[in-house]
Amino acid sequence: MADAKVIPFGEEPRSRRRAKRSAGAARSAALTPVPPPRQEEPGATAPGEAPEERGASWEQRLAGGLNFLRRRLTGEYEVDDFGYDEELTDQVMMSALRPLYEKYFRVEVKGVENIPDKGGALIVANHSGTLPLDGLMLQVAIHDQHPAGRHLRLLAADLVFMLPVVNELARKAGHTLACTEDAERLLERGEVVGVMPEGFKGVGKPFSDRYRLQRFGRGGFVSTALKSGAPIVPCSIVGAEEIYPMIGNARTLARLLGFPYFPITPTFPWLGPLGAVPLPTKWTIQFGEPIPTDGYPAEAADDPMLMFNLTDQVRETIQHTLYKLLVQRRSVFF
Amino acid sequence: MAGAVHKSSQRNTDRIAWAATSRHVRGRAGDDGGKEGLILGKVVLVTGAARQLGGRYVRRLQRDPDVDRVIGVDAVPPEHHLGGAEFLKADIRHPAIAKVLAETGVDTVVHMDIHGTPLGSRGGRSTAKETNVIGTMQLLGACQKAPHVKRLVVKSSASVYGSAPRDPAVFTETISPKSLPSGGFAKDVVEVEGYVRGFARRRPDVAVCVLRFANILGPCADSPLAEYFSLPVLPTVLGYDPRLQFVHEEDAIEVLRIAAAEPRRGTLNSGTFNIAGDGVLLLSQCSRRLGRPTLPLLLPTVTWAGSMLRSLGITDFSPEQIRMLTHGRVVRTTQMRETLGFEPAYTTAETFAEFARSRGPGLLPPETVSRTVDRLAALLPAASAQTQ
Repeated sequence: MADAKVIPFGEEPRSRRRAKRSAGAARSAALTPVPPPRQEEPGATAPGEAPEERGASWEQRLAGGLNFLRRRLTGEYEVDDFGYDEELTDQVMMSALRPLYEKYFRVEVKGVENIPDKGGALIVANHSGTLPLDGLMLQVAIHDQHPAGRHLRLLAADLVFMLPVVNELARKAGHTLACTEDAERLLERGEVVGVMPEGFKGVGKPFSDRYRLQRFGRGGFVSTALKSGAPIVPCSIVGAEEIYPMIGNARTLARLLGFPYFPITPTFPWLGPLGAVPLPTKWTIQFGEPIPTDGYPAEAADDPMLMFNLTDQVRETIQHTLYKLLVQRRSVFF
Repeated sequence: MAGAVHKSSQRNTDRIAWAATSRHVRGRAGDDGGKEGLILGKVVLVTGAARQLGGRYVRRLQRDPDVDRVIGVDAVPPEHHLGGAEFLKADIRHPAIAKVLAETGVDTVVHMDIHGTPLGSRGGRSTAKETNVIGTMQLLGACQKAPHVKRLVVKSSASVYGSAPRDPAVFTETISPKSLPSGGFAKDVVEVEGYVRGFARRRPDVAVCVLRFANILGPCADSPLAEYFSLPVLPTVLGYDPRLQFVHEEDAIEVLRIAAAEPRRGTLNSGTFNIAGDGVLLLSQCSRRLGRPTLPLLLPTVTWAGSMLRSLGITDFSPEQIRMLTHGRVVRTTQMRETLGFEPAYTTAETFAEFARSRGPGLLPPETVSRTVDRLAALLPAASAQTQ
């Protein structure tokens, strides 16, 4: 199996660690009552998305659907300052992504309880996969799995907001430009903000560099979190690296089109649109222990040493978790 | 001749006298009142009084008990009456404006003559630009020479932020946009604000307030955006759904009044403030609420058609307006609430609803659409009952 070079970390043997983790999981399960899965909430799902709801009166669902249609057609719905359309995201976009999430990538989510139920939090994740599908899957994961049903507000590159159609959908799904002002405002409002500090360096890295974290930008996310006192939740995503194995980069073409890279995979662009179908890898998303940032003095956000240390801490945590998850993984596809 | 007093104001001299006597009565009665406690400067000069909004503002000030005298100034006489205020036909682009300031003893100047389009059919874009930039320079020069001027209010626009995909989603007053507007009205506003900052440095004794308004809309709005929303079919840019913010005309007048008065306790009315109603509407929402269908076009087509229509003189729709309707613009209004102490009476959605009512139904009124959906709803269960 052609997995990445795995360097096992940690001081204790794997069996003991696993025992400890399962004990921890049992403890947390005992402490927090398991909330009912979100899909059983009546009226919260769009028609035709939840097969187990067949039993419920489908006329009711039809009425709900028609109400939805009427609100959309008459423009009587709300968007927030960033253009986030909660209704459209919940009813249409999440339903459209869910088959990909559940059936195609079979995403397994661990440690979702590390995201606080209330208040702002900054989720820092690794970025990979040539196309930013990992961000979308992360959004579905938090939307569907978190007990408080929190919504992820992703920070995206400026390229997203320059492309027609893409920018419209991204704004409606609650994404906004990755800049300090927007991130601070969202955290102040107590939203869960997702950021992938590797940016294009991460998502467009060659296949040979898979699961090797790139530089974390300038660590601006740390100072943003410090300013608002929001905890940083490290997040490791395994599986996204292999969906489009990027074996080459047509730099000239990329420059002509204005993209940061133009991927060449074993199937793309040779097979045309068929080559753009991602490989059905098995994904795991693990949320780590939150790193609190509210204990620092007010001037800490201007301390570069502290910034570097915290950035390194977050980066190391994600990298170690990636290695651990890779060791546990049976195969890329199962 | 700058000192020429407009005929209508001469006719209304007796009304001014009446207002002056009634002022003392109302002034005493309002001493302990909350809103009446606003103390405005004695003599207020308003530029751009021939416009709709300028005229309404002058009429509103004229009713204010704390204002002794309101002088409206514009290059052309207004078509509407000014509620008994004086009108001086003076072009702010000429140095004669200094004489007006000196002779009338103005202590508060409200500069509202900053517009994207010229009034009526005089000239074109170049006239508007001259009035905006040269007019502001002359007016500020005159203010600098007039020692009794104590307060300057400038009606600026949120266009200073431009509209670009690489800028933050929500602008605060301190953000400087990554790509400064390269031309058109937005550039005028940037330059005007630059001159105002220079003036504030040279005359630190004058309280300067710059209000950056989002799109002003209301029942009698005559802006290019209002014209756009009056089209039977709205051309939009394919693949973009901009976020828009509106301010109601009444709110605009009220906030200008607050800015021109002495600051109330705990507030500060000098500085730069974003002014916008709460909330955001997407262009698609606007079109649905108006009941006017959209016609999505490719961006190059829209830009090309816009420049064609402009060169033919059919419309004044400027490139930066096309950019605004492509990328949208939202400003943050925390400063307006907390420092200026102004709460708009209308949200963005309410402002737009008011505007939509004034324009009459479009081709697809929302009521008809919802009735159609209801009829569909009535049909479907019947059909399903038959099949079961």
